[in-house]
Amino acid sequence: MSLIQHIRSLWNLSQAGQIARRYFVTNGFDGALTMLGILLGFYTGGEVQLVVAISACLGAAIALGISGFTSAYLSETEERKKELKELEESLVAPLEESYHGKASQITPWVIAAVNGLSPFLISLFIILPLWLEDWGYMLPLEMDPFDAAIGLAFLAILFLGIFLGRISGTFWLWSGLRAVLIGLVTAGIIFLIGGNP
Amino acid sequence: MATIKRILLDVLKPHQPGALEFTQTLADLNPGYRVNLIVEEVDENTESLIVVIEGEDIQFEAIDQAIKKMGGTIHSVDEVEAEGSQPSSSD
Repeated sequence: MSLIQHIRSLWNLSQAGQIARRYFVTNGFDGALTMLGILLGFYTGGEVQLVVAISACLGAAIALGISGFTSAYLSETEERKKELKELEESLVAPLEESYHGKASQITPWVIAAVNGLSPFLISLFIILPLWLEDWGYMLPLEMDPFDAAIGLAFLAILFLGIFLGRISGTFWLWSGLRAVLIGLVTAGIIFLIGGNP
Repeated sequence: MATIKRILLDVLKPHQPGALEFTQTLADLNPGYRVNLIVEEVDENTESLIVVIEGEDIQFEAIDQAIKKMGGTIHSVDEVEAEGSQPSSSD
């Protein structure tokens, strides 16, 4: 069996692709909404130094990434161990050397990486305008960096919604707009509560 | 030494890999292998199979290893067909 076939067998057996895709959307959405929340918090709170905003957003992004990685790794490892044990009991044979055994070891790492990187990278994408402004780059149309970052947060939410729509086979625009609506409701609640401290 | 031409195995395997991939993997072990797979019984986690392999020189060890790698176990070897090698001219 070639290496590619070997990897494909492991990938199919572990169903890692399907799970990773789900985690990518779920935790990516977490990242996007968290960034939106922090940015709107700054927005409603009034003037805030750019460097403070970047630190707060970056801190949250790192925390989301580590939380996503560790929680997925711990839960997936235990889940895979349980599944493997049940399978071994059914087969009355050890499976450590089989593809099932290898898949149960590798899959938690792959899923944890997706679960951790998804909110982290999406958060970095959202706060890009703040960084650009801090580094002295002029934003297009001389946009306010906070407005641009909030815009990117909605763009990320729209993208995740469209991605979800493509997975489920529903109309992509409806799925994207539904996700944006969730973002707008979140923004409304933040404005309602955070706007009147 | 005689070569194995046909072998019938009683195999228990998990649902994954499926019958197609399982059969293809065994057939790919050696050019000329013909593999016939019949699913006898399906349980919650496992499938019982009858696997018939035909070929010019069947390597049982390699087949056993491949089945183990796919998570399966050979319960029993139920039929074997062997062919003796040609005696040399000096015999």
